[in-house]
Amino acid sequence: MVRTEIAVVGGGPAGLSAALAAARQGAQVTIFDQNDRLGGQLIKQTHRFFGSEKERAGTRGINIADQLIAEIQSCPNVRVELAATVLGRYDDGVLTYERDDCVEKCLPQAVVVASGASERMLPFPNNDLPGVYGAGAVQTLMNVHGVKPGERVVMVGAGNIGLIVSYQLLQAGVEVAAIVEAAPRIGGYLVHAAKVRRAGVPILTRHTVVAAEGSDSVEAVVIAQVGPDWKPIPGTERRIACDILCLAVGLSPLTELFWQAGCCMAYIPELGGHVPLRNERLETTVGGLFVAGDAAGVEEASSAMVEGRIAGLAAAAKLGYDRDVDALIAECQADLSALRAGPVGEKIRSGLAKLAQAQPA
Amino acid sequence: MLEQTGIPTAEDIARVTPSAARRRRGPVAVVECFQKIPCNPCFTACKTGAYKPFADINDLPQIDHEACNGCGICVSHCPGLAIFIVDESGADTDVVRIPYEFLPLPRPGERVIALDRAGEAVGEATVIRVQNAPALDKTNVVWLSVPKGMGMTVRNMKVRR
Repeated sequence: MVRTEIAVVGGGPAGLSAALAAARQGAQVTIFDQNDRLGGQLIKQTHRFFGSEKERAGTRGINIADQLIAEIQSCPNVRVELAATVLGRYDDGVLTYERDDCVEKCLPQAVVVASGASERMLPFPNNDLPGVYGAGAVQTLMNVHGVKPGERVVMVGAGNIGLIVSYQLLQAGVEVAAIVEAAPRIGGYLVHAAKVRRAGVPILTRHTVVAAEGSDSVEAVVIAQVGPDWKPIPGTERRIACDILCLAVGLSPLTELFWQAGCCMAYIPELGGHVPLRNERLETTVGGLFVAGDAAGVEEASSAMVEGRIAGLAAAAKLGYDRDVDALIAECQADLSALRAGPVGEKIRSGLAKLAQAQPA
Repeated sequence: MLEQTGIPTAEDIARVTPSAARRRRGPVAVVECFQKIPCNPCFTACKTGAYKPFADINDLPQIDHEACNGCGICVSHCPGLAIFIVDESGADTDVVRIPYEFLPLPRPGERVIALDRAGEAVGEATVIRVQNAPALDKTNVVWLSVPKGMGMTVRNMKVRR
């Protein structure tokens, strides 16, 4: 059985930041990631990030991944286990993980789970036709593997992911026939919307997908206007020929490990679904088990990195590596508040306020 | 409205347009950023101090057009690709420098289709220069010569090949 001081589950921006913070405080850290490489969602994010200089604003996601990984590699007290899927955390503190078809065990003294989030699905007829993709999957296909997903896309969702992936589809030489958004307004950053509009892509607010059509794969999509009740208005249906239907309809936190470990959970729609209850140092109701990043609430990479830092510092402090920890965590809390202070942080703030009211069962 | 269409309105643009006198003097940055999001690389990148420091990182950028020398560094640093350099000092043509992240990159001297903020073709432009040094990290800056008076309209291009 592998022993380590701090196990970090998930090697994306939150997990890498947690590992770095804990290691720099002196703790011995092991990162587990189910993929063949570190970086999480960063490895396919070719666009420049927002935030401030501290969160590496202006740098492309792919380069942020490289920077974080280089920093990890220069830490002698961080070990990385790739292609290792953590399966559970038991009452005796043991983590089980699967690698090469074997179940292995690790005994950490504290755990930071930064397992991220996954894409939501939309129910509609023929949503199982080849050619219906999650936007994240299309992004991986294009930006990681260099594979063109098709010739002509209809994108569902005008949040940041829908807008950014539409832009990246254009960069890959794919035609984007339309972006369809059920809400009356564009949900993502308006600068992302402006980029695709000046490339000629129509954004149809108050529209939704009604059905996909095709015999062996997507050949067309039927869209319709929606009324104030969010239901399609009969008679407004329109068919758009395409071979890809891309769904960017929201993410849900990946929280199986928290459920399995017995953490108290709460359903907070503003955070994306069920999330673990935690204190201001991101420790859940299971002592020594911390959460950071999208698993704590769907947000941004910039806040994921800051949350990762908090969780890493707090986990290290719990083991006695607490040099300047109060000041360092306070600085991170201030950074998070600044990121969340504006109008686009309203949803997160309200979700976190609701979470603070939720009582452990 | 911008929130419904993704296209800035005339009122939005008017709020960030430098004075005609300033535009006629030489290149100047037009910062088409209208939404409060946590972001400030424009301020960090600027070497002349033309951008005022951000009291709150969610504030809209405040640029002093008189202090701006139109160097264009901010164009490739803006994550939203929302900054353009406009130069109306020419007699017969305006120059617009746009951030451009598509292939193929145009070549100097090439005639391209000029697009407005809605992606509509509004005529042709001549490519004067293409900046793609490593420091720009693949946000190329394309200098477009457009007909006089089009400097505040052209915001994108399409290669004709």
